[in-house]
Amino acid sequence: MTPVEIKAVILDILEGIAPDEDLSDLKDDVPLREQLELDSMDFLDIVMELRKRYRVQIPEDDYVQLATMNSTVNYLSPMMKDLEKA
Amino acid sequence: MIAGVDERSRIVITGIGLASPNGNNLAEFRESLLAGRSGVRPYEIRYVGKTVAGVCGFDELRYQKRKDLRRGTRAGSVGIYCANEALLDSGIDWANVDKSAVGIYIGVTEHGNVETENEIYELKGFDYDTQFWSHHHNPRTVANNPAGEISLGLGITGPHYTIGAACAAGNAGIIQGAQMLRLGECDVALAGGVSESIHTFGIFASFKSQGALASHADAQRASRPFDVDRNGIVVAEGGCIYVLERYADAKRRGARIHGEIAGYAMNSDASDFVLPNAERQAQCVAKALERAGLNADQVDIVSTHATGTASGDEQECAALRRVFGDSPRTSFNNAKSFIGHTMGAAGALELAGNLPAFSDKVCHATINVDQLDPECALAGLVINEPREQKQVDVILNNSFGMLGINSVVIVKRI
Repeated sequence: MTPVEIKAVILDILEGIAPDEDLSDLKDDVPLREQLELDSMDFLDIVMELRKRYRVQIPEDDYVQLATMNSTVNYLSPMMKDLEKA
Repeated sequence: MIAGVDERSRIVITGIGLASPNGNNLAEFRESLLAGRSGVRPYEIRYVGKTVAGVCGFDELRYQKRKDLRRGTRAGSVGIYCANEALLDSGIDWANVDKSAVGIYIGVTEHGNVETENEIYELKGFDYDTQFWSHHHNPRTVANNPAGEISLGLGITGPHYTIGAACAAGNAGIIQGAQMLRLGECDVALAGGVSESIHTFGIFASFKSQGALASHADAQRASRPFDVDRNGIVVAEGGCIYVLERYADAKRRGARIHGEIAGYAMNSDASDFVLPNAERQAQCVAKALERAGLNADQVDIVSTHATGTASGDEQECAALRRVFGDSPRTSFNNAKSFIGHTMGAAGALELAGNLPAFSDKVCHATINVDQLDPECALAGLVINEPREQKQVDVILNNSFGMLGINSVVIVKRI
């Protein structure tokens, strides 16, 4: 998967987690929590969805990497570069 | 008022919010009950397949966002809808109510089965590897979930919990609310019961294995308490929550009062896991009457618990005969014939459907009785058509459950 495809996956997951939010204006370099109503359970949902869809394992110490869209994509790129988009 | 209770401890109903398979508020529910309109429909659920159920159609998004629905449970959603509707109905100045003085007491027959079944179903797709088990499982399945979701939804910081009381839970929630008001634990009680039971296949399958799941070619005819051809329970979802207040507080703010909790009782059969016990039921009814300072022949309407099982209906009728004899003033009816068995909500919901009788003086019927079972032939049974009464001052509401739990609530016109 390319970084663009990984971003599309994250947006798809976020649409499920935050169905009332408009994601079209999401800024890639601003923390997701500052733009969306997300709590710790929502971030666990992101982790779980990635695990279910792609068997990607994100250690708890690395959850901080999911702060912004850019940091998330950068963090996931090495793990997901050889995966096909589901 | 309960005999011997001082004036300050009188408890009244000032608001009613409900979700029924045949109505999304009291006016709609009452209209359906008087018109003979059923809320039972064909239904299909995982593993069990085609069956019938009482399904609610309330607007989930009236008081919740889509994210709330995703995060919470169906029981929580039913509870939030009913609690909001009840507060609106009460006319209370909610913005200025001390939220720490509000208590939430919600009866449930069961809770957690729906989420557990869903998670296991999902986990099957991952070869039962528990690393894919949801972190939402625990907050969704803790027993206080439906009450807790109401607390979260309305910002209520007083006590909240559920009362697990099988199918007596709706009454048990009301009783708990009244008791907490009398103890001074809260100033406003949101009390009643909820059910999400149609979303768990287990409850259908278990009733079926027990020979107690209703079936009929016409779904609307499946729930038929007292009929000779009744063949079991129609499972239903729903909820009903009351705003309860002390009479003095309600009077002070000029609230409309739906009725006064005149008496109540709960007891146990201590005889069987599932079979009812007429003697204990009769004792429970008699105890509630005694506490209300009433004789049986002063009761105008008895809302029966009867679920449409062979034994359950007979036993309740035997209990009622024992207490009421041939009281000429007393009519008997049954709401499950319209909506099925709303489990944890049943007691609260069925009582609510009768409360408008204080003003319209009509006893709604028991429908689907083609041939009355002679064992259930109570003299005052209102069959198929509503009955106008000379007066309606006292309503008695039965609600019984598995493991031999019995509850009775008596409400008086005020």
